[in-house]
Amino acid sequence: MTKKKRSAGAVTSPLIRRPIQRRFAIFLLPTFVCFCIGFLWPFLQGLYLSLNKFTTTSNAEWVGFGNYVKAWNDPGFRAAFGYTARVAVVSLVLINVLAFFVAYALTREIRGSSLFRGVFFVPNLIGGIVLGYIWKTIIDSVLPVSMSIQAEYGFWGLIVVMCWQQVGYMMIIYIAGLQAVPEDMLEAARIDGANGWKTLWYITLPNVMPSITICTFLSLTNGFKLYDQNLVLTNGAPVRRGIGATEMLALNIAKTFSTANQRGVAQAKAVLFFILVTTIALIQLWATRRKEVQQ
Amino acid sequence: MSQAVKARKAALPEKQSPGKLALTVLFAVISVAWMMPIIIVLYNSFKENGFVNANVFALPNRESFVGLNNYVNGITFGNYPFYNSAGYSVYITIVSTGLILLCTSMAAWYISRVNDLFSRIVYYLCVFSMVVPFQMVMFTLANTARELHLDTPWTIPVVYLGFGAGLAVFMFVGFVKSIPIDIEEAAAIDGCSPMRTFFSVVLPMMKPTLISVGVLEIMWVWNDYLLPYLVLDQTKYKTIPIHIQYLQGSYGRVDLGATMALIILSLIPIIVFYLSCQKHIIKGVAAGAVKG
Repeated sequence: MTKKKRSAGAVTSPLIRRPIQRRFAIFLLPTFVCFCIGFLWPFLQGLYLSLNKFTTTSNAEWVGFGNYVKAWNDPGFRAAFGYTARVAVVSLVLINVLAFFVAYALTREIRGSSLFRGVFFVPNLIGGIVLGYIWKTIIDSVLPVSMSIQAEYGFWGLIVVMCWQQVGYMMIIYIAGLQAVPEDMLEAARIDGANGWKTLWYITLPNVMPSITICTFLSLTNGFKLYDQNLVLTNGAPVRRGIGATEMLALNIAKTFSTANQRGVAQAKAVLFFILVTTIALIQLWATRRKEVQQ
Repeated sequence: MSQAVKARKAALPEKQSPGKLALTVLFAVISVAWMMPIIIVLYNSFKENGFVNANVFALPNRESFVGLNNYVNGITFGNYPFYNSAGYSVYITIVSTGLILLCTSMAAWYISRVNDLFSRIVYYLCVFSMVVPFQMVMFTLANTARELHLDTPWTIPVVYLGFGAGLAVFMFVGFVKSIPIDIEEAAAIDGCSPMRTFFSVVLPMMKPTLISVGVLEIMWVWNDYLLPYLVLDQTKYKTIPIHIQYLQGSYGRVDLGATMALIILSLIPIIVFYLSCQKHIIKGVAAGAVKG
């Protein structure tokens, strides 16, 4: 072959590449400039400032890893980490179990299933602040004392709110997974005499593993990054010896920022938080990739 | 279309088995329970303040019913009227979403078709930005926005475009890579400029992704609290989430009846949006699940 042939899945060709490249200022530049303003510069500045003592960006004074040491030794931050992990894990289990069984029931061709799906999804459209306010009003009037006084109530209140918001979302992903389970496999199991539970355990579950992976990690990251609902429901209260009993990581960081002489420490906490969330995301990527190879 | 629906209905067994019927009944009950928080807020929005406080679960009766008074009071009370916040919320959501869709779809086309080193770097930075939590940039972003005078509702879409570009670029690039280049080549041979090729050939093909990304951005911007709270000048500009949080936080004695009315008002656009494009919303949300 003398003529160089383009591979079938080519994403570019010289014929259109050049003219587009000459329009750089129209096509890519606006997004790139905004991206620098809204993400890249604040991100790099944040990394740099985490190694400084500062109250505004102009009076930064180099302190090396001092802020990280302070962040690490802050009992409030450690408590927030423990509390966040507890919220994330408990909500992860409850949300996924509920969402899976709702999805399983609603893919059984029962009457009104599309209406029910719609209903379950609605809370997901409501933002954390409004959603939190609705539930705070209701929960506080059911309980003998407010969630801001009794930390255990605050914890379970938050779990209820998270379930109400996320079950519908995860349900959608599980429904997509369940509908992709090959019909002939289910048929074969039925002919072989497997009962409902056995079919669910040996055929359905292994086939929806990709959805389970996605949903597990989604609810885990959602749990770790939670801010709005935590702010509205209890705002970290009750506070004992300077430690908010229901304060999650994101709220702890935001509160640390609001103390002017603690901003360097707050930024260091934010970097640690970023590393934590990114690690979870990387593990997720690795887990998903591994599954793809197997199939 | 309607024929297909009819065919599907006919394929369903005429009589449902008792087990399935029981499931339907069970889910009907659960669905009502699931909607209860919204229903409670709805009927409380017609009760007089004192009665909301006394018992949230009691239905409005002749004594506690105040008609639309709570709505009228809610919209105007306080030194920062609610209609201002609602207006800013609508404006910011529409303009930010429009700006994100236009700019990132153009950028994504450039990135996938030019595909040089710089484009690839920008693309990977965008993907990277998707995993970075907002707390990482909250202080520095608010500062940068203030220094560049982007702290008004008219300019905050620039900040949204910047911080939200990652997911949008990622989704658009994924789509552009899947469309055959031959169509664009044909347009170029016919003498179309890149602008014309993009707007009359590429953009129409992008419609499904435009809808998915649009839905995700609308839901994000409309419900966002921390970003506008930090970036906007709070004394002059509020959005609905900021307004609601402000009411419960620092208002002293809050008129609960009026607050319930405001919550209902802030839910109406969401419910209308959901009912009018439910299919697209669910599809868009499922597509966004990849962002992790």
